[in-house]
Amino acid sequence: MKRAARLIVFYAGLLGLWTLLAELKIWPPYLFPTPWGVGEALYAGFQDHTFLIAIAVSMRRVVIGYAISIVLGMVLGLGVASSKFLEETMGGLLVSLQSLPSICWWPLALLWFGLSQNAILFVVIMGSLLSVTLAMEDGRKQMPKIYGMAGRNLGATGFQLFWHVLLPASLPFIVSGLKQGWAFAWRSLITAEMLYLSLGLGQVLMMGRDLNDMSAVIAVMILIIAIGYVVDGVVFKTMERRLQNKWGLSPAS
Amino acid sequence: MSTNAHNFPAPITIPVDSRIPPDGVRAKTTLGVALRPSRGISSDVPKVSLDEVCLSYRDQSGHRLLALDHINLQVKPGEFLCIVGPSGCGKSTLLHLIAGLHQQTSGQILVDGKLIKGPGTDRILIFQELGLFPWLTVGQNVEFGMKMKGLGKAEREEKTRHYLRLVHLAQFKDSYTHQLSGGMRQRVALARALATEPDVLLMDEPFAALDAQTRDLLHDELERIWSETGRTIIFVTHNVREAIRLGDRVALLTFRPGRVKREFPVDLPRPRVLEDVHVAHAAREILDELREEINRSLEVEYNLGVKPRVPTGVGE
Repeated sequence: MKRAARLIVFYAGLLGLWTLLAELKIWPPYLFPTPWGVGEALYAGFQDHTFLIAIAVSMRRVVIGYAISIVLGMVLGLGVASSKFLEETMGGLLVSLQSLPSICWWPLALLWFGLSQNAILFVVIMGSLLSVTLAMEDGRKQMPKIYGMAGRNLGATGFQLFWHVLLPASLPFIVSGLKQGWAFAWRSLITAEMLYLSLGLGQVLMMGRDLNDMSAVIAVMILIIAIGYVVDGVVFKTMERRLQNKWGLSPAS
Repeated sequence: MSTNAHNFPAPITIPVDSRIPPDGVRAKTTLGVALRPSRGISSDVPKVSLDEVCLSYRDQSGHRLLALDHINLQVKPGEFLCIVGPSGCGKSTLLHLIAGLHQQTSGQILVDGKLIKGPGTDRILIFQELGLFPWLTVGQNVEFGMKMKGLGKAEREEKTRHYLRLVHLAQFKDSYTHQLSGGMRQRVALARALATEPDVLLMDEPFAALDAQTRDLLHDELERIWSETGRTIIFVTHNVREAIRLGDRVALLTFRPGRVKREFPVDLPRPRVLEDVHVAHAAREILDELREEINRSLEVEYNLGVKPRVPTGVGE
């Protein structure tokens, strides 16, 4: 209750400050839009279904891209974690590649895949693959060895061992990396969409720019933040809470 | 020619031979010894047999250390063997070798007269730290081995219920392991091991971390389950009284490298009580021998900071 009150006060204050600055008319409204201007843009966007379509298109892309990088990242991460050679060679490369913003792949992606969905997907995958890989590698290393031994002892081998023992045993250690991977995937997606007429949220945002409609731009920014927040707060928080309850890691279970 | 030679002993000769056994067997039967038809299930084949088992490894500084030195042990089917020794004598490692989780440097480990190849569900190890899966419920933990074996759901559920009842945990089937006490977790591990229906149960200091009351209770339960299921048990402990309380036989290992110093048959009637005078008396005898090893282990552990190398009993 108290927490809710604090949040309301904070956001009301923020909104008040914004209104005040807009009302002072220091800058013209096309440079500094008003809160109600943004509200109207949001309403209009949902009214004519632009936003709904954009959200659907963007979500579809990010889900596909993220899913692919999870699968690839798990294979890569496990490989790096279980081979000394791969760790020394690939491991270092992966860490250094992480400093490369995934949008740098855009020119190559265009050449390889053409001006298409796949080019966007490629950038999304390159954005999140590394975090997932590193998280998986880390999780596999942090995971207590006893679980693997107990699994083999009880007759699990090969894929069985991976699926029923190694993967669930390392999940608490990789969940934060998966979360980071999601954040990277989402950011890469929006960036790529801004560079290409693609129906997604990124393109709607650029459309606002082209029309010099800053209210629309901010409206889309709010949408992007909101979706990121909801996925993080709903999907990952639920996953974390369930893991903590199962493992007995939560303070009050 | 060669094809004939291969074909010759095939179907035609068998009906004739079936009445008259081959020479070797006939020679024995004439001695009047009642032989069983197959030697594979005869009780004189040890359930577990360790044959000159050695294990060495390199420590951080690259020195070769001998952990286990020519271990010879035979365990009869249905026997309860306890292995005692000071910490660091390699008794846990020995269990890992029998479980097939590690590979010995030389020597052989046979189960039912056959060389073991890696882990197998005929021998299940209960780890000292248990290794229960925290992401699974108690019931799912017990079910795990059966699921890996590919048993049907109905059969798994029935057996899970059976083994949970055996360790008195039926009502905790849907709990997670962190919600249980240490003694209860210990029993889950026991049920999980039993549920794969292994011939040999390997137990690595399973009761070391428990309070005395819980431990006494689990001794009774383990003894009951052992006599009910007829499993062969190899039980590692550093507690000599516990070894005598439970074992048909106690093998004493030396400190670094681990050798079988002596084997003590325990002929006391069951059920035994930990505080019993006879148990204490038998323990005294083993303790006297063990003390020597413990002293050596303490010497090494206290000197380790000064001398980089283990001073006694290191191979090469």
